[in-house]
Amino acid sequence: MPTLKEYRNRIVSVKSTKKITSAMKMVAASKLKKAQEQAEASQPYAAAMNDMMRRVAANVVVGPHSPNLLVGTGSDKKHLLVMVTSDRGLAGGFNANIIRRARLEIRKLIAEGKDVKVICVGRKGRDVLKRELGDKIIESFIGIGAKGKVNFADADLVSQLVLEQFNAGHFDVCTLIYNEFRSVLAQRPVAAQIIPFTLPEVAAVNENKPPEKPEVKSPYSFEPEEDIILGQLLPRNLGIQIFRALLDSAAGEQAARMTAMDNATRNAGDMINKLSVQYNRARQAYITKELIEIISGAEAAKG
Amino acid sequence: MLDLNIQGTFTFELVSPERKLISGAAKMVTIPGEEGDFGVLPGHSALVATIRPGVVEIIMADGVSQRIFIAGGFADVSPTNCTVLAEEAVNVNDFNAGDLEQTIRNLTEDMTMAKDDFEKARIARKLTLTRAKLQGVTGKISA
Repeated sequence: MPTLKEYRNRIVSVKSTKKITSAMKMVAASKLKKAQEQAEASQPYAAAMNDMMRRVAANVVVGPHSPNLLVGTGSDKKHLLVMVTSDRGLAGGFNANIIRRARLEIRKLIAEGKDVKVICVGRKGRDVLKRELGDKIIESFIGIGAKGKVNFADADLVSQLVLEQFNAGHFDVCTLIYNEFRSVLAQRPVAAQIIPFTLPEVAAVNENKPPEKPEVKSPYSFEPEEDIILGQLLPRNLGIQIFRALLDSAAGEQAARMTAMDNATRNAGDMINKLSVQYNRARQAYITKELIEIISGAEAAKG
Repeated sequence: MLDLNIQGTFTFELVSPERKLISGAAKMVTIPGEEGDFGVLPGHSALVATIRPGVVEIIMADGVSQRIFIAGGFADVSPTNCTVLAEEAVNVNDFNAGDLEQTIRNLTEDMTMAKDDFEKARIARKLTLTRAKLQGVTGKISA
């Protein structure tokens, strides 16, 4: 049975742990707010980009001459996975979920006889994957969003690398694995194929085509030609998709950490209560024991 | 038919991936298109264009003009709207010609030390950008 002093020490240590976890929760909450604002701020660009893609896509005939980013390389032998995790832990199952998902995907592709390469964004994912599949990792990005803000330049670095690899013919299909931010309580690991790119639905745009000129599908003019614009839009769009994934992941990380730290704080509280009860019992037992000793001592002296 | 009222205004938006930079009514916007500069007035025909690195000049509804450098992007123009998607946008007044010249010198130096073609291409991209910035500051706008 632990002594009274040991109980006291344990209570003090759990209390300080609780202080730390509740502070971390608070910090995560404020970072989450910032991350959410940032994700919202990136919305107009993504929407405008989507609009433009749709408009251009409505006027482009997809064929063998189309950019490879759109139609693919005609093979799906070589895969590239971009896995987005966080740099720091203590965020519940946030990173573990992504790593599990990525591992599943990698195993599946390897089992199908495909060639797999991985780009890791975030330290946590890299550390785990390096141990078991180190030879698959071609590049890792650490420190993105470290200053509490994800810059587009960071996303651009990743997308430049992906494009370079693609243009050099190192892979055919690229999949982005990241945590989608659904709500503060729910982040879902998703795998989104970003190369070859699927064009947004074009049906709605085709309805308002002017009838007098059949070859013009929409009243828009393009400068330069739509094919060339499409060729420039696609890489841009890639950057945006990666950027949005990073933003989602950053917001999700803070949300997951907030939830995890909230739980930890609550558990610490429970533990303190339990320890306090035990401490009080032990103290009472000790007092009773001393009393018995004193009384029996007095009794013995009397007799 | 559209009312080509030059006195009127149209909605202008400048958005970067990180946030919406400018949003408001404008009288006229000059955009450095890939195939040449073009001006946008209210009632401009619908157009989608790519933009080369250069300076976008906006005359807002209140007559105040702004000069913003953008590092390339896209313009989406309709008779009532003009949206510019820019990867990087900086107010021209924030540039310092001396700094830019220094950057160009550094990059030119890096260029000679570049190991492979990829690196060279990356530096060349930066170089073009910085040169375009410098042009925006010194006011010499070449086509």
